[in-house]
Amino acid sequence: MKKLFATVALFALCTACGGGSSAPVSTNNATPAASGGKTQVNGAGATFPNPIYSKWFSEYNKLHPDVEVNYQSIGSGGGIRQLAAQTVFFGASDAPMTDEQMKQAPGKILHFPTVLGAVVPVYNIEGASAQVKFTGPVLADIFLGKIKRWNDPAIAKANAGIKLPNSEITVVHRSDGSGTSFIYTDYLSKVSEEWKQKVGANASVNWPIGVGGKGNEGVAGLVKQTPNSLGYVELVYALQNKIPYGAVQNASGEFVTPSTDSVTAAAAGAAANMPKDFRVSITNAPGQGAYPISSFTWILMYEEPKDQTLAKVMVAFMKWALSDGQKIAPEMGYAAVPANVVQTELEQLNQIKVQ
Amino acid sequence: MKTSRSGGDGWFRVFLGVFPVLVLAIVVGIGIALFSESILSIRRFGINFWFTDVWDPVPHGNALTGQFGAKPFIWGTLYSSILALIIAGPISLGIATYLSELCPPKLRQPLIFLTELLAAIPSIVYGLWGVFVLVPLIRQVEVHTPESWRQFPLFSGPPLGLGMLSAALILAIMVTPFISSLAREVLKAVPRTQREGAYALGATQWEAIRVALSYGRTGIIGAVMLGFGRALGETMAVTMVIGNNPRVSWSLFAPQYTMAAVIANEFTEAADELHLHALIEIGLVLFIITLFVNALSRLLIWSMNKQAVARPKTKLEPAKIGSAA
Repeated sequence: MKKLFATVALFALCTACGGGSSAPVSTNNATPAASGGKTQVNGAGATFPNPIYSKWFSEYNKLHPDVEVNYQSIGSGGGIRQLAAQTVFFGASDAPMTDEQMKQAPGKILHFPTVLGAVVPVYNIEGASAQVKFTGPVLADIFLGKIKRWNDPAIAKANAGIKLPNSEITVVHRSDGSGTSFIYTDYLSKVSEEWKQKVGANASVNWPIGVGGKGNEGVAGLVKQTPNSLGYVELVYALQNKIPYGAVQNASGEFVTPSTDSVTAAAAGAAANMPKDFRVSITNAPGQGAYPISSFTWILMYEEPKDQTLAKVMVAFMKWALSDGQKIAPEMGYAAVPANVVQTELEQLNQIKVQ
Repeated sequence: MKTSRSGGDGWFRVFLGVFPVLVLAIVVGIGIALFSESILSIRRFGINFWFTDVWDPVPHGNALTGQFGAKPFIWGTLYSSILALIIAGPISLGIATYLSELCPPKLRQPLIFLTELLAAIPSIVYGLWGVFVLVPLIRQVEVHTPESWRQFPLFSGPPLGLGMLSAALILAIMVTPFISSLAREVLKAVPRTQREGAYALGATQWEAIRVALSYGRTGIIGAVMLGFGRALGETMAVTMVIGNNPRVSWSLFAPQYTMAAVIANEFTEAADELHLHALIEIGLVLFIITLFVNALSRLLIWSMNKQAVARPKTKLEPAKIGSAA
């Protein structure tokens, strides 16, 4: 009887603790295997492009039934770690790898921009009659807690003709680490020196004020519910759920409404100064109609992959994704990579050592 | 014949003995893994990790790494769980007492089924309910809180709906079925002679129940503590309603953060090594606290069970029952 009790107690302990630390653990099931004439490629990483990647993989599988791509959307950080540990063939990330991360990897890693995403400010303002316009510094000051009310002169200046209430702004941010937060804080760091010093850019930061919602749906839900709130979500999410979102002033001084076209324009504007390895932030990009809170999302691969079969398959897939694949992007809410960038990417694909 | 039979017993004993050892090995293994995976953070921050307010993954100024301290998360976890127990404790005890002492037999099974059904609802469903129903409700309560009350630190802060109060309420609902069913078991274990003795002395039903409750109090405390252990580790529902803001505050209206929530939120995108180790150290802290709470509660329940065997002799003394009633 006593023993039975001990067992039960221990079991209770374990389940209680297990519930507490239920964080995902990287899996090792990504060993590439070519079985029964089928080639399986395993990848892991960012959640943001997961919908379009899944679509691509299933479309590609229809064209090439012998190729199967398994993608685990475990987050950019996890994708980079698994790629470095070589448990997956390719990784995916919403932020380019840092020099330090590149150094830690056992081989040279190449970045391939696949599509673009954007982050939009979403709001719930009582009585706002038209789309609210934001400048970068205003967004930074609101998220720093320096601009506290909607009728602040700094906001009113850009919004002549819109009546904004004398109410406190409730700031909503992502509570989970995410590429969305990275893009947003990266942008704020570029337009506000104070933000750069105090907060910085990262997938999760020490937010000066506000409440955290989990995921795009969490932030959107809070913004919808909370009068006079301001948050930020992915463009795709805002479009699909018809949440009011603001226009943002770009580096050329123009207020741009976010759309897949204005995001592609931002990438085209940044293409001129594109570094050879594609590790670039295109937030606050200059250019006609360029939406400033835009970013690439990347697929990561080794320059000298171990497995030649997988390398061949993956290079072929990437060529398809950068041509036919791009045509699917806008209908799914992602912006296509501009043609000049695709051209240089194809050159980089040829660098991958395939015999 | 006889020998082969006892030999079989021996093997059976060994065979079954493997399982508890396995469970023990898992617990120890988790502890070791948490420790070794958080070693960077343990070395860097030492014991200060428990008492530092700042949680900032981004390096500032000349610092090469972020700053990590668990205090706001430890605070949020303990505060929300204790508040949940303050709410859920009396309610659960009421449920347990009614079901074991007063409930008409026909109603008992359906009611037990219903309370235990609460435990079967997935955490995320509670979270969704919290976000769409409870939080707007709490926001209305907060909006209508008189200004004079807001002067108290307990009710300060903007009316967001999200925050400590919502988290504590969700947790209270989630732990109620656990505490009430354990407390009911405890009351069931109270020997009949206890109540009969009380009645024999002319006690009313209320007084007889008090005798039973006081007899089972250690077990009931154990049940409450087990509920506490569960509340500590609750992740999904809490993170959806607590507001996820790592600031230490007494305010029920303020958004705060818990240990389990920060791990769930930041683990996937923690690309920086130290950030990851700090998150796992939070897991270690939670592991230690949960282990401690669970061990304590189990000890209390065990001591209660020992008493159940030892007590009746002494308890039959009329004088003692009289004083208890």
